Amino acid sequence: MIQTDILIIGAGPCGLFTVFEAGLLKLRCHLIDALPQAGGQCSEIYPKKPIYDIPAYPSILAGDLVDKLMEQAAPFQPGFTLGERAETIEKDAEDQFILTTNRGTKHRAPIIAIAGGLGCFEPRKPPVPGLSAFEDRGVEYIIKDPEFYREKRVVISGGGDSALDWAIFLAEGVASHVTLIHRRQEFRGHLDSVQKAMDLAQAGKIQLLTDSEVTEAHGDGALQTLVVKHKTEGERTLETDHWVPLFGLSPKLGPISDWNLNVTKNAVEVDTFDYSTNIPGIYAIGDINTYPGKLKLILCGFHEATLMVQSAFKRIYPDKNLVLKYTTVNGVNGF
Amino acid sequence: MDHIIEVNVIDRDGQLHKLEAPTDMGMNMMELCKSAELPVEGTCGGMAMCASCHMYVESSHDVPEKSDDEEDMLDEAFFVEDNSRLGCQIYLADALDGLTVRLAPVGQ
Repeated sequence: MIQTDILIIGAGPCGLFTVFEAGLLKLRCHLIDALPQAGGQCSEIYPKKPIYDIPAYPSILAGDLVDKLMEQAAPFQPGFTLGERAETIEKDAEDQFILTTNRGTKHRAPIIAIAGGLGCFEPRKPPVPGLSAFEDRGVEYIIKDPEFYREKRVVISGGGDSALDWAIFLAEGVASHVTLIHRRQEFRGHLDSVQKAMDLAQAGKIQLLTDSEVTEAHGDGALQTLVVKHKTEGERTLETDHWVPLFGLSPKLGPISDWNLNVTKNAVEVDTFDYSTNIPGIYAIGDINTYPGKLKLILCGFHEATLMVQSAFKRIYPDKNLVLKYTTVNGVNGF
Repeated sequence: MDHIIEVNVIDRDGQLHKLEAPTDMGMNMMELCKSAELPVEGTCGGMAMCASCHMYVESSHDVPEKSDDEEDMLDEAFFVEDNSRLGCQIYLADALDGLTVRLAPVGQ
């Protein structure tokens, strides 16, 4: 069991800055994120894009912002549970929250700060009727272990790097048959991956179907056939053992929506006094919250985090007085 | 009127919305739909990185061509047709007066 003062769900900019502000009040933090690295959207979606509205930085790359926030938080030794999704919460006898991830890791804290941004990133699922019935029965959205596909017939859909790279990998002596299906003629992956896939297609090791998409999935219990529709040439049926649609990730609010929080339009309602939710001890800051006048800006999230930790402190130590101390006067004293 | 055009947005229920749009504020179709409280997410904020503002251009207007980024993102979207665009990449301009778009279905 991981014990901390503030359990932060979401290791994006807002969650990371919370560690610093909490640290100034001598509160410890632990962050949980479904992504395998810290930084949230800044790292996952646009690390190389400049941000122009961080005060005092006329321009900073999103990836660099995350690096600097990590550096700023470092004196306060935050803990991380990465690559795991916050799944369930319960209260124990001492009024602390027990939070369990999808992998069963347990965390305990008197305060939870949801800094979940857009939610958790989950694979985009193509709109094929009845697809969910074949999930883990021939349809996988992520390739965890390529050995799983040894001597199997595999169909991969998608036009990006992951579709190309896996098609190439599986075609070179792993799967018995690889088909790559893409909506267009052109692929947008790295040039050498595209070339390699084309070479393998020429050599008959990848069956390449462009201008095509999967429209139906069929099977008796497990996936057996896919219907593939070509833009102009009509439909064909493919027999296969597996279909791996690789269409990137999109954010979903996820399990948080089952925690009895007041939610409007995929955002958690908060009181702007201290960004508390309807559940005492749970706060929501950054892009995931909503209130009248809400702006989804990183700089607003920083402000919310700062006020939130003051309230969290008073909740943990109701009898202690809190005096705002300026870092310029006192310096930053880490743990 | 100066710098104001009218565009037509057909929502997912087939209902037509006539929206007045300013052309001097650097606004795009995703932002316009959001400001009219139409069901367009615009999750990534307009960076052509999420496809949640996918729409079809149904009038014959000369909309500026797709960038590689937009084309790449449409590869990860569903229900893509030849007239598919990301609303965030269609910037409101005087030449788009009378533009008609239809919101694309949302996936799972």
